[in-house]
Amino acid sequence: MGNPQASALWSRLKPVVYAAIVPLLLLAFWQVATTQRWTLLIPTPWQVGEYMIDFAVGGVYDDAYSATLLTHLLASMGRVYGGFALAALFALPIGLLIGRIPAARMLLDPFLQVMRPIPVTAWLPLSMILFGLGAKSAFALVCLGAFYPILLNTVFGVRAVDPKLFEAAAMLGCTGNAQFYKVVLPAAVPSIFTGLRLGLGLAWFVIVVGEMTGVPQGLGAVIMDGRTLSRTELVICGMIVIGVAGYLSDRVVVAIGNRLLRWSPNNHG
Amino acid sequence: MAEATIPIVEIKDVSKIFQLQDQTINALSGANLAIRKGEFICLIGASGCGKSTLLRIMAGFETPSSGEALMWGKPIDGPGPSRGMVFQDYALFPWLSVRDNIAFGPAARGLSSGEVKATVDKFIDLVGLQKFATAYPHQLSGGMKQRVAIARVLANDAELVLMDEPFGALDAMTRERLQDELLEIWERTRLTVVFVTHSVEEAIFLANRVVVMTPGPGRIESDNALDLARPRDVASPEFNAIRRVLGAKLHSHHGKKAA
Repeated sequence: MGNPQASALWSRLKPVVYAAIVPLLLLAFWQVATTQRWTLLIPTPWQVGEYMIDFAVGGVYDDAYSATLLTHLLASMGRVYGGFALAALFALPIGLLIGRIPAARMLLDPFLQVMRPIPVTAWLPLSMILFGLGAKSAFALVCLGAFYPILLNTVFGVRAVDPKLFEAAAMLGCTGNAQFYKVVLPAAVPSIFTGLRLGLGLAWFVIVVGEMTGVPQGLGAVIMDGRTLSRTELVICGMIVIGVAGYLSDRVVVAIGNRLLRWSPNNHG
Repeated sequence: MAEATIPIVEIKDVSKIFQLQDQTINALSGANLAIRKGEFICLIGASGCGKSTLLRIMAGFETPSSGEALMWGKPIDGPGPSRGMVFQDYALFPWLSVRDNIAFGPAARGLSSGEVKATVDKFIDLVGLQKFATAYPHQLSGGMKQRVAIARVLANDAELVLMDEPFGALDAMTRERLQDELLEIWERTRLTVVFVTHSVEEAIFLANRVVVMTPGPGRIESDNALDLARPRDVASPEFNAIRRVLGAKLHSHHGKKAA
Protein backbone atom coordinates (compact mmCIF):
# COMPACT_ATOMS: atom_id res chain seq x y z
CA MET A 1 0.00 0.00 0.00
CA GLY A 2 2.78 2.40 -0.92
CA ASN A 3 0.63 4.62 -3.07
CA PRO A 4 -1.31 7.07 -0.88
CA GLN A 5 -3.77 7.83 -3.68
CA ALA A 6 -4.60 4.16 -4.11
CA SER A 7 -5.11 3.67 -0.40
CA ALA A 8 -7.34 6.74 -0.27
CA LEU A 9 -9.40 5.30 -3.10
CA TRP A 10 -9.60 1.95 -1.33
CA SER A 11 -10.80 3.53 1.89
CA ARG A 12 -13.60 5.16 -0.11
CA LEU A 13 -14.53 1.97 -1.93
CA LYS A 14 -14.17 -0.38 1.02
CA PRO A 15 -17.67 0.14 2.47
CA VAL A 16 -19.25 -0.34 -0.95
CA VAL A 17 -17.29 -3.52 -1.64
CA TYR A 18 -18.08 -4.93 1.80
CA ALA A 19 -21.75 -4.05 1.48
CA ALA A 20 -21.95 -5.83 -1.89
CA ILE A 21 -20.49 -9.15 -0.75
CA VAL A 22 -23.54 -10.68 0.95
CA PRO A 23 -26.07 -9.67 -1.75
CA LEU A 24 -23.77 -10.95 -4.49
CA LEU A 25 -23.31 -14.29 -2.71
CA LEU A 26 -27.06 -14.58 -2.32
CA LEU A 27 -27.54 -13.74 -5.98
CA ALA A 28 -24.99 -16.36 -6.97
CA PHE A 29 -26.73 -18.95 -4.81
CA TRP A 30 -30.08 -18.00 -6.31
CA GLN A 31 -28.61 -18.35 -9.82
CA VAL A 32 -27.15 -21.76 -9.08
CA ALA A 33 -30.28 -22.99 -7.30
CA THR A 34 -32.55 -22.05 -10.18
CA THR A 35 -30.30 -23.15 -13.07
CA GLN A 36 -29.56 -26.45 -11.32
CA ARG A 37 -33.32 -26.86 -10.96
CA TRP A 38 -33.27 -27.36 -7.17
CA THR A 39 -36.56 -25.56 -7.35
CA LEU A 40 -38.93 -25.09 -10.22
CA LEU A 41 -41.18 -22.52 -8.63
CA ILE A 42 -38.68 -19.67 -8.42
CA PRO A 43 -37.56 -17.82 -11.55
CA THR A 44 -33.88 -17.14 -12.23
CA PRO A 45 -32.33 -13.78 -11.30
CA TRP A 46 -32.14 -13.01 -14.99
CA GLN A 47 -35.86 -13.58 -15.47
CA VAL A 48 -36.66 -11.42 -12.49
CA GLY A 49 -34.34 -8.69 -13.80
CA GLU A 50 -36.04 -8.79 -17.13
CA TYR A 51 -39.42 -8.70 -15.52
CA MET A 52 -38.35 -5.78 -13.34
CA ILE A 53 -37.54 -3.78 -16.49
CA ASP A 54 -40.93 -4.66 -17.93
CA PHE A 55 -42.59 -3.77 -14.62
CA ALA A 56 -40.80 -0.42 -14.60
CA VAL A 57 -40.94 0.73 -18.23
CA GLY A 58 -42.72 -2.03 -20.20
CA GLY A 59 -41.77 -3.26 -23.65
CA VAL A 60 -40.92 -6.90 -22.81
CA TYR A 61 -44.10 -8.82 -21.94
CA ASP A 62 -46.65 -6.03 -22.24
CA ASP A 63 -49.13 -7.57 -19.83
CA ALA A 64 -51.38 -6.02 -17.18
CA TYR A 65 -48.39 -5.17 -14.97
CA SER A 66 -46.08 -3.70 -17.59
CA ALA A 67 -44.91 -0.18 -16.88
CA THR A 68 -47.06 0.06 -13.73
CA LEU A 69 -44.26 0.22 -11.14
CA LEU A 70 -44.58 3.96 -10.63
CA THR A 71 -48.36 3.76 -10.19
CA HIS A 72 -48.06 1.05 -7.53
CA LEU A 73 -45.09 2.70 -5.86
CA LEU A 74 -46.89 6.04 -5.61
CA ALA A 75 -50.02 4.34 -4.26
CA SER A 76 -47.99 2.60 -1.57
CA MET A 77 -45.95 5.70 -0.78
CA GLY A 78 -49.17 7.63 -0.29
CA ARG A 79 -50.34 5.06 2.26
CA VAL A 80 -46.94 4.74 3.94
CA TYR A 81 -46.39 8.47 4.40
CA GLY A 82 -50.05 9.23 5.02
CA GLY A 83 -50.37 6.49 7.63
CA PHE A 84 -47.06 7.50 9.15
CA ALA A 85 -48.07 11.15 9.35
CA LEU A 86 -51.37 10.24 10.97
CA ALA A 87 -49.53 8.00 13.46
CA ALA A 88 -47.13 10.83 14.31
CA LEU A 89 -50.06 13.21 14.72
CA PHE A 90 -51.52 10.98 17.44
CA ALA A 91 -48.40 9.44 18.94
CA LEU A 92 -46.43 12.66 19.54
CA PRO A 93 -48.97 14.52 21.70
CA ILE A 94 -50.05 11.34 23.51
CA GLY A 95 -46.38 10.51 24.14
CA LEU A 96 -45.70 14.00 25.51
CA LEU A 97 -48.74 13.72 27.78
CA ILE A 98 -47.80 10.27 29.10
CA GLY A 99 -44.20 11.35 29.60
CA ARG A 100 -44.98 14.57 31.46
CA ILE A 101 -48.29 14.07 33.28
CA PRO A 102 -48.55 11.23 35.83
CA ALA A 103 -52.35 11.10 35.56
CA ALA A 104 -52.13 10.62 31.78
CA ARG A 105 -49.56 7.91 32.34
CA MET A 106 -51.79 6.05 34.82
CA LEU A 107 -54.77 6.44 32.51
CA LEU A 108 -53.22 5.40 29.19
CA ASP A 109 -50.04 3.45 29.80
CA PRO A 110 -51.58 0.12 30.98
CA PHE A 111 -54.10 0.14 28.13
CA LEU A 112 -51.46 0.87 25.49
CA GLN A 113 -49.10 -1.75 26.92
CA VAL A 114 -51.81 -4.39 26.45
CA MET A 115 -52.67 -3.20 22.94
CA ARG A 116 -49.07 -2.99 21.80
CA PRO A 117 -48.25 -6.72 21.45
CA ILE A 118 -51.23 -7.29 19.14
CA PRO A 119 -49.67 -7.56 15.68
CA VAL A 120 -50.97 -5.53 12.77
CA THR A 121 -51.89 -8.75 10.97
CA ALA A 122 -54.29 -9.59 13.79
CA TRP A 123 -56.02 -6.26 13.26
CA LEU A 124 -56.59 -6.99 9.57
CA PRO A 125 -60.09 -8.56 9.81
CA LEU A 126 -61.33 -6.02 12.32
CA SER A 127 -59.91 -3.19 10.28
CA MET A 128 -61.78 -4.41 7.22
CA ILE A 129 -65.01 -4.52 9.22
CA LEU A 130 -64.44 -1.06 10.67
CA PHE A 131 -63.04 0.72 7.63
CA GLY A 132 -64.28 -1.46 4.79
CA LEU A 133 -62.34 -3.09 1.98
CA GLY A 134 -59.84 -0.74 0.42
CA ALA A 135 -57.64 2.23 0.98
CA LYS A 136 -59.03 3.46 4.31
CA SER A 137 -58.33 0.12 5.90
CA ALA A 138 -54.79 0.02 4.49
CA PHE A 139 -54.20 3.51 5.80
CA ALA A 140 -55.41 2.55 9.27
CA LEU A 141 -53.19 -0.54 9.47
CA VAL A 142 -50.07 1.35 8.39
CA CYS A 143 -50.91 4.04 10.92
CA LEU A 144 -51.25 1.44 13.65
CA GLY A 145 -47.89 -0.11 12.73
CA ALA A 146 -46.07 3.22 12.94
CA PHE A 147 -47.86 4.38 16.09
CA TYR A 148 -46.12 2.46 18.89
CA PRO A 149 -42.46 3.13 18.12
CA ILE A 150 -43.18 6.86 17.85
CA LEU A 151 -45.20 6.80 21.07
CA LEU A 152 -42.72 4.77 23.12
CA ASN A 153 -39.68 6.78 22.04
CA THR A 154 -41.46 10.06 22.70
CA VAL A 155 -42.39 8.91 26.21
CA PHE A 156 -38.83 7.77 26.80
CA GLY A 157 -37.40 11.02 25.43
CA VAL A 158 -39.40 13.32 27.67
CA ARG A 159 -38.89 11.13 30.73
CA ALA A 160 -35.14 10.77 30.28
CA VAL A 161 -34.28 14.48 30.42
CA ASP A 162 -31.31 15.04 32.73
CA PRO A 163 -32.84 16.52 35.94
CA LYS A 164 -29.81 18.83 36.22
CA LEU A 165 -31.03 20.64 33.11
CA PHE A 166 -34.27 21.60 34.86
CA GLU A 167 -32.24 23.01 37.74
CA ALA A 168 -29.97 24.85 35.31
CA ALA A 169 -32.97 26.34 33.51
CA ALA A 170 -34.65 27.30 36.79
CA MET A 171 -31.62 29.11 38.16
CA LEU A 172 -31.35 30.99 34.85
CA GLY A 173 -34.92 32.23 35.27
CA CYS A 174 -36.79 29.72 33.12
CA THR A 175 -39.45 28.04 35.26
CA GLY A 176 -42.83 26.30 34.99
CA ASN A 177 -44.36 25.77 31.59
CA ALA A 178 -41.55 27.61 29.80
CA GLN A 179 -39.31 24.67 30.73
CA PHE A 180 -41.44 22.42 28.55
CA TYR A 181 -40.53 24.34 25.39
CA LYS A 182 -37.01 25.35 26.42
CA VAL A 183 -35.83 22.11 28.01
CA VAL A 184 -38.12 19.09 27.62
CA LEU A 185 -38.83 19.37 23.90
CA PRO A 186 -35.29 20.04 22.67
CA ALA A 187 -33.86 17.40 25.01
CA ALA A 188 -36.37 14.84 23.74
CA VAL A 189 -35.76 15.54 20.05
CA PRO A 190 -33.17 12.77 19.52
CA SER A 191 -35.49 10.13 21.01
CA ILE A 192 -38.50 11.48 19.16
CA PHE A 193 -36.48 11.37 16.00
CA THR A 194 -35.48 7.76 16.62
CA GLY A 195 -39.18 6.99 17.12
CA LEU A 196 -40.12 8.66 13.84
CA ARG A 197 -37.38 6.77 12.02
CA LEU A 198 -38.51 3.42 13.45
CA GLY A 199 -42.13 4.34 12.79
CA LEU A 200 -41.50 5.11 9.15
CA GLY A 201 -39.53 1.87 8.79
CA LEU A 202 -42.45 -0.05 10.27
CA ALA A 203 -44.89 1.74 7.98
CA TRP A 204 -42.98 0.26 5.02
CA PHE A 205 -42.81 -3.02 6.88
CA VAL A 206 -46.58 -3.37 7.26
CA ILE A 207 -47.57 -1.98 3.85
CA VAL A 208 -48.13 -5.46 2.39
CA VAL A 209 -50.49 -6.38 5.23
CA GLY A 210 -52.17 -3.01 4.83
CA GLU A 211 -52.73 -3.70 1.16
CA MET A 212 -54.17 -7.16 1.78
CA THR A 213 -57.41 -5.31 2.31
CA GLY A 214 -58.37 -5.46 -1.34
CA VAL A 215 -56.90 -2.27 -2.74
CA PRO A 216 -56.39 -2.39 -6.51
CA GLN A 217 -53.04 -0.57 -6.52
CA GLY A 218 -49.94 -0.64 -4.41
CA LEU A 219 -46.84 -2.79 -4.03
CA GLY A 220 -48.57 -4.96 -1.44
CA ALA A 221 -51.47 -5.45 -3.82
CA VAL A 222 -49.01 -6.47 -6.57
CA ILE A 223 -47.46 -9.04 -4.26
CA MET A 224 -50.86 -10.43 -3.28
CA ASP A 225 -51.87 -10.60 -6.97
CA GLY A 226 -48.59 -12.31 -7.79
CA ARG A 227 -49.35 -14.92 -5.16
CA THR A 228 -52.87 -15.52 -6.45
CA LEU A 229 -51.69 -15.74 -10.07
CA SER A 230 -48.64 -17.86 -9.15
CA ARG A 231 -46.41 -15.23 -10.73
CA THR A 232 -43.42 -15.47 -8.45
CA GLU A 233 -41.37 -12.99 -10.48
CA LEU A 234 -44.05 -10.38 -9.75
CA VAL A 235 -43.83 -11.18 -6.03
CA ILE A 236 -40.05 -10.84 -6.03
CA CYS A 237 -40.16 -7.58 -7.98
CA GLY A 238 -42.61 -6.15 -5.46
CA MET A 239 -40.35 -7.23 -2.59
CA ILE A 240 -37.29 -5.63 -4.16
CA VAL A 241 -39.10 -2.34 -4.81
CA ILE A 242 -40.35 -2.22 -1.20
CA GLY A 243 -36.84 -2.91 0.09
CA VAL A 244 -35.23 -0.22 -2.05
CA ALA A 245 -37.96 2.35 -1.41
CA GLY A 246 -37.86 1.71 2.35
CA TYR A 247 -34.09 1.98 2.34
CA LEU A 248 -34.02 5.26 0.39
CA SER A 249 -36.76 6.66 2.58
CA ASP A 250 -34.70 5.81 5.67
CA ARG A 251 -31.55 7.41 4.22
CA VAL A 252 -33.44 10.66 3.70
CA VAL A 253 -34.65 10.57 7.30
CA VAL A 254 -31.12 9.88 8.55
CA ALA A 255 -29.75 12.78 6.50
CA ILE A 256 -32.37 15.11 7.97
CA GLY A 257 -31.53 13.78 11.43
CA ASN A 258 -27.82 14.39 11.00
CA ARG A 259 -28.51 17.99 10.08
CA LEU A 260 -31.07 18.57 12.77
CA LEU A 261 -29.11 16.83 15.52
CA ARG A 262 -25.64 18.16 14.84
CA TRP A 263 -25.43 19.00 18.53
CA SER A 264 -25.93 15.43 19.65
CA PRO A 265 -22.78 13.35 20.16
CA ASN A 266 -24.84 10.14 19.81
CA ASN A 267 -26.40 10.92 16.50
CA HIS A 268 -24.26 10.08 13.53
CA GLY A 269 -26.31 7.47 11.71
CA MET B 1 -21.21 51.27 53.70
CA ALA B 2 -24.53 49.62 54.49
CA GLU B 3 -24.02 46.93 51.89
CA ALA B 4 -20.94 45.70 53.66
CA THR B 5 -22.84 45.11 56.88
CA ILE B 6 -26.15 43.65 55.67
CA PRO B 7 -25.49 40.08 54.60
CA ILE B 8 -26.44 39.11 51.06
CA VAL B 9 -27.33 35.65 52.33
CA GLU B 10 -28.15 34.59 55.85
CA ILE B 11 -28.52 31.02 57.01
CA LYS B 12 -30.25 30.87 60.39
CA ASP B 13 -30.22 27.62 62.31
CA VAL B 14 -30.94 25.63 59.15
CA SER B 15 -31.43 21.86 59.31
CA LYS B 16 -32.25 19.53 56.47
CA ILE B 17 -33.59 16.02 56.90
CA PHE B 18 -34.04 13.69 53.94
CA GLN B 19 -36.54 10.86 54.29
CA LEU B 20 -35.50 7.89 52.14
CA GLN B 21 -37.98 5.03 52.49
CA ASP B 22 -37.30 3.80 56.04
CA GLN B 23 -34.12 5.83 56.46
CA THR B 24 -33.80 9.33 57.89
CA ILE B 25 -30.71 11.28 56.90
CA ASN B 26 -29.64 14.36 58.83
CA ALA B 27 -27.93 16.07 55.92
CA LEU B 28 -27.54 19.37 57.73
CA SER B 29 -28.00 20.26 61.36
CA GLY B 30 -28.25 23.73 62.94
CA ALA B 31 -26.19 25.64 60.38
CA ASN B 32 -25.60 29.38 60.83
CA LEU B 33 -23.79 31.46 58.24
CA ALA B 34 -23.84 35.06 57.03
CA ILE B 35 -22.35 35.91 53.67
CA ARG B 36 -21.50 39.53 52.86
CA LYS B 37 -21.34 41.06 49.42
CA GLY B 38 -18.02 40.52 47.68
CA GLU B 39 -16.89 37.62 49.82
CA PHE B 40 -15.35 34.46 48.42
CA ILE B 41 -16.41 31.63 50.69
CA CYS B 42 -15.36 28.02 50.40
CA LEU B 43 -17.42 25.26 51.99
CA ILE B 44 -15.17 22.32 52.64
CA GLY B 45 -15.65 18.89 54.11
CA ALA B 46 -15.80 15.15 53.50
CA SER B 47 -18.75 13.67 51.62
CA GLY B 48 -21.91 13.64 53.69
CA CYS B 49 -20.98 16.81 55.60
CA GLY B 50 -23.89 18.73 54.07
CA LYS B 51 -21.85 21.23 52.05
CA SER B 52 -23.74 20.55 48.82
CA THR B 53 -27.05 20.54 50.70
CA LEU B 54 -26.25 23.95 52.16
CA LEU B 55 -25.34 25.24 48.69
CA ARG B 56 -28.54 23.83 47.20
CA ILE B 57 -30.58 25.50 49.94
CA MET B 58 -28.98 28.84 49.00
CA ALA B 59 -29.77 28.12 45.35
CA GLY B 60 -33.40 27.38 46.24
CA PHE B 61 -33.29 23.80 44.95
CA GLU B 62 -33.95 22.52 48.49
CA THR B 63 -35.99 24.03 51.29
CA PRO B 64 -34.78 23.85 54.90
CA SER B 65 -36.58 21.33 57.15
CA SER B 66 -36.23 23.92 59.89
CA GLY B 67 -34.61 27.33 60.21
CA GLU B 68 -34.45 30.12 57.67
CA ALA B 69 -32.48 30.83 54.50
CA LEU B 70 -32.64 34.53 53.61
CA MET B 71 -31.37 36.63 50.74
CA TRP B 72 -31.29 40.36 51.41
CA GLY B 73 -33.49 39.59 54.41
CA LYS B 74 -36.20 37.78 52.44
CA PRO B 75 -36.76 34.01 52.51
CA ILE B 76 -35.26 32.19 49.53
CA ASP B 77 -38.24 30.84 47.63
CA GLY B 78 -37.10 28.59 44.81
CA PRO B 79 -34.29 29.03 42.32
CA GLY B 80 -33.86 32.32 40.50
CA PRO B 81 -31.48 34.34 38.36
CA SER B 82 -30.06 36.30 41.31
CA ARG B 83 -28.31 33.12 42.43
CA GLY B 84 -26.40 31.40 39.65
CA MET B 85 -25.26 27.81 40.04
CA VAL B 86 -22.22 26.24 38.44
CA PHE B 87 -22.52 22.45 38.53
CA GLN B 88 -19.68 19.94 38.67
CA ASP B 89 -20.99 18.18 35.55
CA TYR B 90 -21.57 21.52 33.77
CA ALA B 91 -25.31 20.96 33.02
CA LEU B 92 -25.00 22.90 29.76
CA PHE B 93 -27.85 22.56 27.29
CA PRO B 94 -26.33 20.15 24.74
CA TRP B 95 -28.58 21.34 21.91
CA LEU B 96 -27.46 24.95 22.23
CA SER B 97 -24.20 26.42 20.95
CA VAL B 98 -21.83 28.18 23.35
CA ARG B 99 -23.45 31.50 22.37
CA ASP B 100 -26.97 30.24 22.89
CA ASN B 101 -26.12 28.62 26.22
CA ILE B 102 -24.87 31.96 27.48
CA ALA B 103 -27.89 33.71 25.92
CA PHE B 104 -30.36 31.34 27.64
CA GLY B 105 -30.70 33.35 30.86
CA PRO B 106 -30.80 36.85 29.32
CA ALA B 107 -33.37 35.62 26.77
CA ALA B 108 -35.47 33.96 29.50
CA ARG B 109 -35.49 37.27 31.37
CA GLY B 110 -36.94 38.95 28.29
CA LEU B 111 -34.04 41.16 27.19
CA SER B 112 -34.25 42.43 23.60
CA SER B 113 -32.22 40.52 21.04
CA GLY B 114 -29.76 43.41 20.78
CA GLU B 115 -29.21 43.41 24.54
CA VAL B 116 -28.84 39.64 24.57
CA LYS B 117 -26.23 39.80 21.82
CA ALA B 118 -24.23 42.52 23.56
CA THR B 119 -24.32 40.61 26.86
CA VAL B 120 -23.28 37.35 25.25
CA ASP B 121 -20.40 39.02 23.38
CA LYS B 122 -19.14 40.56 26.60
CA PHE B 123 -19.10 37.32 28.55
CA ILE B 124 -17.75 35.16 25.72
CA ASP B 125 -14.84 37.60 25.69
CA LEU B 126 -14.50 37.46 29.46
CA VAL B 127 -14.01 33.67 29.44
CA GLY B 128 -11.96 33.69 26.23
CA LEU B 129 -14.21 31.49 24.09
CA GLN B 130 -14.61 33.78 21.05
CA LYS B 131 -13.32 31.07 18.73
CA PHE B 132 -15.80 28.52 20.06
CA ALA B 133 -18.92 30.69 19.99
CA THR B 134 -20.75 28.41 17.54
CA ALA B 135 -19.46 25.10 18.90
CA TYR B 136 -21.75 22.68 20.72
CA PRO B 137 -20.94 21.49 24.26
CA HIS B 138 -19.91 17.99 23.17
CA GLN B 139 -17.18 19.54 21.04
CA LEU B 140 -15.59 21.31 24.04
CA SER B 141 -13.09 20.16 26.65
CA GLY B 142 -14.16 20.00 30.30
CA GLY B 143 -12.38 23.26 31.08
CA MET B 144 -14.11 25.05 28.21
CA LYS B 145 -17.50 23.66 29.26
CA GLN B 146 -16.99 25.01 32.76
CA ARG B 147 -16.04 28.42 31.32
CA VAL B 148 -19.35 28.43 29.43
CA ALA B 149 -21.18 27.48 32.64
CA ILE B 150 -19.51 30.37 34.48
CA ALA B 151 -20.21 32.79 31.63
CA ARG B 152 -23.91 31.92 31.46
CA VAL B 153 -24.30 32.60 35.18
CA LEU B 154 -22.42 35.91 34.96
CA ALA B 155 -24.35 36.91 31.82
CA ASN B 156 -27.52 36.54 33.84
CA ASP B 157 -26.41 39.21 36.33
CA ALA B 158 -26.22 36.76 39.21
CA GLU B 159 -25.32 38.56 42.44
CA LEU B 160 -24.34 35.35 44.09
CA VAL B 161 -22.44 32.61 42.28
CA LEU B 162 -22.82 29.16 43.80
CA MET B 163 -20.25 26.62 42.66
CA ASP B 164 -20.63 22.92 43.46
CA GLU B 165 -17.17 21.34 43.12
CA PRO B 166 -16.92 23.02 39.72
CA PHE B 167 -13.36 21.97 38.99
CA GLY B 168 -13.60 18.50 40.54
CA ALA B 169 -13.82 16.70 37.20
CA LEU B 170 -10.94 18.59 35.56
CA ASP B 171 -7.28 17.64 35.26
CA ALA B 172 -4.82 19.40 37.57
CA MET B 173 -3.42 21.84 34.97
CA THR B 174 -6.84 22.94 33.74
CA ARG B 175 -8.04 23.25 37.32
CA GLU B 176 -5.19 25.62 38.24
CA ARG B 177 -5.85 27.77 35.17
CA LEU B 178 -9.53 28.00 35.92
CA GLN B 179 -8.83 28.84 39.58
CA ASP B 180 -6.67 31.76 38.42
CA GLU B 181 -9.28 32.89 35.92
CA LEU B 182 -12.06 32.65 38.50
CA LEU B 183 -10.09 34.79 40.96
CA GLU B 184 -9.42 37.33 38.25
CA ILE B 185 -13.13 37.53 37.38
CA TRP B 186 -14.05 37.75 41.07
CA GLU B 187 -11.57 40.58 41.67
CA ARG B 188 -12.70 42.46 38.57
CA THR B 189 -16.47 42.13 39.12
CA ARG B 190 -16.58 41.99 42.95
CA LEU B 191 -18.98 39.08 42.78
CA THR B 192 -19.99 37.09 45.80
CA VAL B 193 -18.95 33.46 45.47
CA VAL B 194 -19.81 30.38 47.51
CA PHE B 195 -17.61 27.54 46.38
CA VAL B 196 -17.94 23.92 47.51
CA THR B 197 -14.83 21.78 47.37
CA HIS B 198 -13.26 18.84 49.14
CA SER B 199 -9.72 20.09 48.50
CA VAL B 200 -8.16 22.03 51.40
CA GLU B 201 -5.58 23.46 49.05
CA GLU B 202 -8.18 24.74 46.60
CA ALA B 203 -10.13 26.34 49.45
CA ILE B 204 -7.09 28.15 50.86
CA PHE B 205 -6.00 29.26 47.41
CA LEU B 206 -9.37 30.80 46.56
CA ALA B 207 -11.29 31.87 49.64
CA ASN B 208 -11.23 34.71 52.07
CA ARG B 209 -13.34 32.60 54.39
CA VAL B 210 -13.18 28.84 54.67
CA VAL B 211 -16.17 27.15 56.30
CA VAL B 212 -15.17 23.70 57.52
CA MET B 213 -18.01 21.17 57.72
CA THR B 214 -18.09 17.70 59.24
CA PRO B 215 -20.44 14.77 58.61
CA GLY B 216 -22.76 12.66 60.76
CA PRO B 217 -24.92 14.80 61.06
CA GLY B 218 -23.69 17.45 58.61
CA ARG B 219 -22.81 20.63 60.47
CA ILE B 220 -20.54 23.64 60.38
CA GLU B 221 -17.40 22.88 62.40
CA SER B 222 -15.72 26.26 62.08
CA ASP B 223 -15.68 29.46 60.07
CA ASN B 224 -12.13 30.59 59.30
CA ALA B 225 -11.24 34.01 57.89
CA LEU B 226 -8.06 33.98 55.79
CA ASP B 227 -6.02 37.15 55.40
CA LEU B 228 -3.26 35.76 53.20
CA ALA B 229 -2.07 38.22 50.56
CA ARG B 230 -3.01 37.48 46.93
CA PRO B 231 -1.79 36.03 44.66
CA ARG B 232 -1.30 33.13 47.03
CA ASP B 233 1.68 30.85 46.84
CA VAL B 234 0.72 27.25 47.59
CA ALA B 235 4.35 26.48 48.47
CA SER B 236 4.75 29.24 51.07
CA PRO B 237 5.11 28.39 54.79
CA GLU B 238 2.06 30.53 55.65
CA PHE B 239 -0.07 28.60 53.19
CA ASN B 240 1.10 25.32 54.64
CA ALA B 241 0.52 26.43 58.20
CA ILE B 242 -3.10 27.18 57.36
CA ARG B 243 -3.39 23.92 55.53
CA ARG B 244 -2.28 22.05 58.66
CA VAL B 245 -4.77 23.86 60.89
CA LEU B 246 -7.71 23.36 58.51
CA GLY B 247 -6.69 19.78 57.84
CA ALA B 248 -6.83 19.06 61.57
CA LYS B 249 -10.29 20.66 61.86
CA LEU B 250 -11.51 18.70 58.88
CA HIS B 251 -10.58 15.42 60.51
CA SER B 252 -11.66 16.38 64.04
CA HIS B 253 -14.81 14.28 63.86
CA HIS B 254 -12.74 11.13 63.32
CA GLY B 255 -11.11 11.67 66.72
CA LYS B 256 -14.51 12.17 68.35
CA LYS B 257 -15.86 8.98 66.85
CA ALA B 258 -12.87 6.96 67.99
CA ALA B 259 -13.11 8.30 71.56
